[in-house]
Amino acid sequence: MDLFSRKATCNSHGQDSSYFLGWEEYEKNPYDVIKNPHGIIQMGLAENQLCFDLLESWLAQNPDAACFKRDGQSIFRELALFQDYHGLSSFKNALANFMSENRGNRVSFDSNNLVLTAGATSANETLMFCLADPGDAFLLPTPYYPGFDRDLKWRTGVEIIPIQCSSTNGFRITKLALEEAYEQAKKLNLNVKGVLITNPSNPLGTTTTRTEFSILLDFISRNKYMHLVSDEIYSGTVFNSSEFISVMEILKNKQLENTDVFNRVHIVYSLSKDLGLPGFRVGAIYSNDKDVISAATKMSSFGLVSSQTQYLLSSLLSDKKFSKNYLRENQKRLKNRQRKLVSGLAAMGIRSLKSNAGLFCWVDMRHLLISKTFEAEKHLWKEIVYDVKLNISPGSSCHCEEPGWFRVCFANMSEDTLKLALKRLKKFVDDGNSKRRYHISESQRLKGSTKKTMTTVSNWVFRLSFHDREAEER
Amino acid sequence: MGSLKKNGGAILSKIATNDQHGENSEYFDGWKAYDKDPFHLSRNPHGIIQMGLAENQLCLDLIKDWIKENPKASICTPEGVHQFEDIANFQDYHGLKEFRQAIAHFMGKARGGRVTFDPERIVMSGGATGANETIMFCLADPGDVFLVPSPYYAAFDRDLRWRTGVEIIPVHCSSSNNFKLTVEAVEWAYQKAQESNKKVKGLILTNPSNPLGTMLEKDTLKNLVRFVTRKNIHLVVDEIYAATVFAGVNFVSVAEVVNDLDSYEVNVDLIHIVYSLSKDMGLPGFRVGIVYSYNDSVVSCARKMSSFGLVSSQTQLMLASMLSDDRFVENFLMESSRRLGIRHGVFTLGLKKVGITCLSSDAGLFVWMDLRHLLRDRNSFESEIELWRIIVNIVKLNVSPGSSFRCTEPGWFRVCFANMDDDTLHVALQRIQDFVSKNNNKISEKASDNNDQIIQNNNAKKQKWRQSNLRLSFRRLYEDGLSSPGIMSPHSPLLRA
Repeated sequence: MDLFSRKATCNSHGQDSSYFLGWEEYEKNPYDVIKNPHGIIQMGLAENQLCFDLLESWLAQNPDAACFKRDGQSIFRELALFQDYHGLSSFKNALANFMSENRGNRVSFDSNNLVLTAGATSANETLMFCLADPGDAFLLPTPYYPGFDRDLKWRTGVEIIPIQCSSTNGFRITKLALEEAYEQAKKLNLNVKGVLITNPSNPLGTTTTRTEFSILLDFISRNKYMHLVSDEIYSGTVFNSSEFISVMEILKNKQLENTDVFNRVHIVYSLSKDLGLPGFRVGAIYSNDKDVISAATKMSSFGLVSSQTQYLLSSLLSDKKFSKNYLRENQKRLKNRQRKLVSGLAAMGIRSLKSNAGLFCWVDMRHLLISKTFEAEKHLWKEIVYDVKLNISPGSSCHCEEPGWFRVCFANMSEDTLKLALKRLKKFVDDGNSKRRYHISESQRLKGSTKKTMTTVSNWVFRLSFHDREAEER
Repeated sequence: MGSLKKNGGAILSKIATNDQHGENSEYFDGWKAYDKDPFHLSRNPHGIIQMGLAENQLCLDLIKDWIKENPKASICTPEGVHQFEDIANFQDYHGLKEFRQAIAHFMGKARGGRVTFDPERIVMSGGATGANETIMFCLADPGDVFLVPSPYYAAFDRDLRWRTGVEIIPVHCSSSNNFKLTVEAVEWAYQKAQESNKKVKGLILTNPSNPLGTMLEKDTLKNLVRFVTRKNIHLVVDEIYAATVFAGVNFVSVAEVVNDLDSYEVNVDLIHIVYSLSKDMGLPGFRVGIVYSYNDSVVSCARKMSSFGLVSSQTQLMLASMLSDDRFVENFLMESSRRLGIRHGVFTLGLKKVGITCLSSDAGLFVWMDLRHLLRDRNSFESEIELWRIIVNIVKLNVSPGSSFRCTEPGWFRVCFANMDDDTLHVALQRIQDFVSKNNNKISEKASDNNDQIIQNNNAKKQKWRQSNLRLSFRRLYEDGLSSPGIMSPHSPLLRA
């Protein structure tokens, strides 16, 4: 008899993938400016560490929130005992308002439609449990967050079918790609329950366009059982608020509020990226469907937010002056930091996808590949992790269909560390270039040698000239 | 069980639309009644007293004092804010090392130092609720069976079954032997399940028991461990009430048994413990659940699953500091035991005065009250519900009827005593005593003048007479058309045990 469940013995948790392996290497040899200056710099972690000073200064000015006090009175007992899955209403109200502000107040959120969960990890899984049965499928545009393989599929039994996006059009979702994914699901006899997007996108760092929204809403309108889930966890990392269009805004603009589509669109949110508080495990589901809210609320019992944390954050987010200023500063700092990474990369001939949000860049290293294959991508990635000592995320771990793209995070380190990372990468690229120049002159010197050698050299030359061609096309 | 089907398809999942979360049961009527009319000593002295909530409110003052005296344990105070950034950023599902060490240490201390726990086996979860669900996901597939001794914690139906698809088969315990769990009973249930072609993956039990408040004897626990080892099935012990043992009594954890038995008698890969700070420390709001397994693969799997319900790092830090403070922990455990014991004693004594007995127990935040003698019909659960509605609406106490714990005998009620202050308990006792006395007086023609003597007199004949007249008086209540309000739509508060 099997001792464990199938879930325990399969690897749908996805944690054997390279995304996590890079992490493990980092853990073995982590960079520290003083203690381990030659260690691996973590650039595979989409964290926002740029604004802790703002949070810390707020704490210094608001001692009550720190000490379980409200208006000078202790509320410790109340908080210690509070486990109502409806959540602290002051916190939900503050969160709903914060979400509105994040969207330039172009939409408003009703706190009764919010369900608190233990991080977006739990929110995404819970939504799958509510919307799909085991064996159903959700369509996801590639490349996508590697954690989705675990969050959406593992314990729920739901399948993911990729909507293949490519660099030819900046990785935008096309109607054709969506149809192809749907057909693919049908071929596999899977019942498609909807589409899940991340907006702004992880790993691309781009916001969903109105065109893409039209395609998606058209699609789910055709079939009454399909949902659109928009994971808006990065909504506060947009460099310019006006460029972020929430799916709720689209529904409002298209006047779909009184249609049934309105009830089949759901948002996932979290404070892990915008506020840089992943440790506090604050996630949320927002839906206009009362049945979804009801089911999700009951399920949240399996992962409620600590009352201590709810209270702290309700005070923080109710401070409108603070939240306005925070959002603005956060955006400014992220934008600056992104610029530094992008220009640093450009200076060594590496391009990135034009992005307007996120804590990372989607970097084009196709020209550094030995061949246009995922094996070559893995080889390059290993060189970058072990030799250059930067943990970045290979595109294949994000299910990208084209080899050579990498997600590089920029907001989880100091500016000096970023500079160092760029310096290391530049050395690697320069060394690579000079190796190529050396080998080209070598091949010219060896032109007159044996056929065998010639074959070897000309293969090598072929590979090199392939690289050179691409370099020119830049 | 029906899914919301429209036009031949389904908008939501089967799980979202079935009743397996158990929150549509009528037992929530009591809660709803309480919510509408909650007791408050000064503001609403005639309101309903909540005795259906297994919370431990007796020692929060000790914790509050500790927090005040240890500002460094908070990331928000001037003394602790230097840790803010690291803690706010920390989402490693291994948990803070200091937290795991502190929890392992506390668990050992709560078991009198008779066992030690390995911090590397401590896995976090979203409360015991999350822990129980997680362990099911690790050990069983949809359709597999776990045996659970009844009466059992009502929310197990949700936690063990709802999203996991695991089936629960109760192992019924009865008053004939004081609801003691025997290996024979487990063996019988196991065999019956096998005969119906069901795949039994394990046995899960709460020790100390909810709702009984009793603890398994060491020998029984040993035999249970031997049994699961022989059958190669899992044993999950939910020890959430481990430290609610009254002063002067020792709790035997399954960990102790694992240590005591020879290696051929116990396959440790089958033994798992669920724990939480919600009851022992009275901190349900902080959502601290623990899965502890002797099986490396289960630890590994549960840890990955803990991503779905990690403990807030802010909370981890605070508890890491608090629970490594030996002086605090020792004093807390001692005081908590003492206060619970006293509270239990006062309550049961007060009940005895009016002829109400409870199952003899040494732990827990509740008593298992015997009200069979007050039932109109001792064999009917309808009678139990009728009596329950009287208790909620007339006596104005929200208690939990035994049927909500799947008890097979009508007339037992779980009544919580640790979620209120002394004054409120006194009011509750008074109400019970008044109610019982009033109904004695209703048949006063045949009653002796000395009511106190009657109540205290354990003469079987008089007892019987009194009981039969109490039943008469209840019948009168029933006949007076004191029907309960119709089943109201569920309010669905969190099922807080």
